[in-house]
Amino acid sequence: MAAPDYFEFLGLPRRLNLDAAELQRRFYALSRELHPDRFSRAPAAERERALSASAVLNDAYRTLRDPIARAEYALGGAGDTEQPPPELLEEVFEANEALADSDADEIAAAHRRFSALLAETDTSLPALFARYDEGEPAAADEIRAALARRRFLKKLVGRLENV
Amino acid sequence: MSEVLQIDFGGRDAAPVVGIDLGTTNSLVAFMDLTGPRIIPGADHGRLVPSVVHVGDEVLVGAAAQRMLIDDPARTVYSVKRLMGRGAADVADELKLFPFRVAEGSESILRLDLGGRTLTPPEISAMILRELKRNAEKALDKEIKQAVITVPAYFNDAQRQATKDAGRIAGLEVLRLVNEPTAASLAYGLDKRNEGIIAVYDLGGGTFDISILRLHDGIFEVLATNGDTHLGGDDIDNRLLKIALEDAASEWGQDLSHNGAFVQTVRRAVIEAKERLSFVPQTTIELAWDGRTYSRLLTREQFERLIRDIVDRTLGPCRECLKDAGLDVEQIDEVVMVGGSTRIPLVREAVANLFRTRPHTELDPDEVVALGAAVQAGILSGRVEDRLLLDVTPLSLGIETMGGVVSRLIHRNSTIPASATEVFTTAVDGQRNVLIHVVQGERELVKDCRSLARFDLKDIDPLPAGMARIEVRFLIDANGILNVTARDQRTGRENSVEVKPSYGLTDEQVEAMIRESFERAEEDLKERQVREARLEADTILAALEKARNDDAWLELGHIERAMIERAHNELMMVYCSDDYLLIRLHIEKLNTATMGLAEKMMNSAVRAALKGTKIE
Repeated sequence: MAAPDYFEFLGLPRRLNLDAAELQRRFYALSRELHPDRFSRAPAAERERALSASAVLNDAYRTLRDPIARAEYALGGAGDTEQPPPELLEEVFEANEALADSDADEIAAAHRRFSALLAETDTSLPALFARYDEGEPAAADEIRAALARRRFLKKLVGRLENV
Repeated sequence: MSEVLQIDFGGRDAAPVVGIDLGTTNSLVAFMDLTGPRIIPGADHGRLVPSVVHVGDEVLVGAAAQRMLIDDPARTVYSVKRLMGRGAADVADELKLFPFRVAEGSESILRLDLGGRTLTPPEISAMILRELKRNAEKALDKEIKQAVITVPAYFNDAQRQATKDAGRIAGLEVLRLVNEPTAASLAYGLDKRNEGIIAVYDLGGGTFDISILRLHDGIFEVLATNGDTHLGGDDIDNRLLKIALEDAASEWGQDLSHNGAFVQTVRRAVIEAKERLSFVPQTTIELAWDGRTYSRLLTREQFERLIRDIVDRTLGPCRECLKDAGLDVEQIDEVVMVGGSTRIPLVREAVANLFRTRPHTELDPDEVVALGAAVQAGILSGRVEDRLLLDVTPLSLGIETMGGVVSRLIHRNSTIPASATEVFTTAVDGQRNVLIHVVQGERELVKDCRSLARFDLKDIDPLPAGMARIEVRFLIDANGILNVTARDQRTGRENSVEVKPSYGLTDEQVEAMIRESFERAEEDLKERQVREARLEADTILAALEKARNDDAWLELGHIERAMIERAHNELMMVYCSDDYLLIRLHIEKLNTATMGLAEKMMNSAVRAALKGTKIE
């Protein structure tokens, strides 16, 4: 029952910058082959297999279609997302203060600032992904840190938005 | 030509699979034949079978049951779909408007008290399904054992399971539950575009769905779905009903809102007025009751003011759905309208405004879902090969964790089948069971989500706390129904999982209902056979009475006459027995005894006829 590797399952190279059109093409082709609809009159064991295989296919497609989920999957998780990234420690502390004091101006300013940081992190990813795809050993750790930072920022921006 | 020959269009051995739209207001059955999907009409030639069941001495379904809404409202159920997969507490408010009552002891499973017989919503739905099954068997002259049944896209697991249970109770293997808007897109997509994004707006009698799909070379990929399982034409009817009841009460100085028959009379009148207002600018709500008449002018403008908020409630889910699909309104190529309530001009106007395009209304909004179900039945039986539906789960699935917080495992709008795996362990030494509480919904806390079931993982090897590693796989199948399997990671052995549904029937309960329905079906069959035998006896007895006045009777010898009299008396003696075989035996005997008489009568008739021609 151990899930197969999603890249292998879809017959795609283990790359973080993936050809989206190719991914979709393979997903559709495999769906035609594996979907339970194709096995509705098959013996029970075969039906079970089709159900299981098409669940894996859908899970794989869902994961690989989204660049962030794809990178997290390929690198085995995003790392620690609870702790603020060290370089942002001070600013996060101030944002939390603003939230605690319900200081609307400060909150708005923090929201702008962290949204910009989030966007910046997002734009940095494709280049990092390309370095990973070219086999640069240090890239993986950098990506993990970027993904963790992204997750943290996203949560914080969400909190600042919901005031 | 050769293409046609390659396809098996229901050869003698191919068991047909029908498509069923089990609707709140009407139900339909359809079948895929040479020319495409077509609706199978009912006994009264109606294409729609009203989803109304009367449980009296015998069970009536459809138009016949609809008439009983006024004569015997307490034993007549309509809109039972609204009660599927729900608990008594959920429907308390709604039931205030229904004439039937909830039975005692319905805390865990909702049961309706219908004058002595208590029935669950799946059993009542099964009666509708059985009627559709009979209609299809009559039309196709084959036994129907398998079906595709449609459900609202926004139905949760319990509502889906209840629908599947209803199928089983009716003696149908439900090959697939397919979402109504998706089914509709299949019916529409048959000869339409090969590529594009379409939105399906489905406002039926009791439910609202919106689905957005990407069409690509025969693949119908649902991108997102949203809706409200308690929003539909019923809400409009109930609003008009309430006003008319109050109005009549003040006009007559008498409150009749507790009189079931009166309420149904008013309901009928307001529904008819509503339907007329889709075609004319004004109409009159008219009814007669107990020698009095009630008449009230209603303009379309007034009507639209009354229902605008109900129509507006559909727009929020549409916007959410667009957002979830990651699309802007401009990216929607076409909008398809489904469900009887989309005939209302205000609904069409609201949809056109939101999507900035004229919605499709070419296919009958009452029939399009059943037609699509038949197409899906064709796909499953291999008759339709180039089309494939990829649907999604409408609600996120999660498990309860510490502090009543939901840990989400499968997100809404995930393509199904979808799965997630979690590893569980024990909290105390030697623990043998682990209980997992599964919920459905988008909220953070368990109490705000819909409890789905508790899964009891059993036979865990006794180990120190935290040592066991039970890998649990949550799998939502192509019907949108959850399956849970568990495996001990250490031994690789499967753990048994006992399912305790929060709302709905256990497997054992469904089995018991299937048995009971078979027994009842046998009883019903026997009764029908007795009735038919007596009818046949009536025919031959009446013919004999007539023959006594014929000249041929006088031509008979006295022995032959005596034998006829004896056979006649014997048939009269068994006529009232409930052994239909005995009745048939004596019908046969009388038949044999009167053979000579019949021949003589025939001859004299021929003689008379010949005489007749000569004269002319």
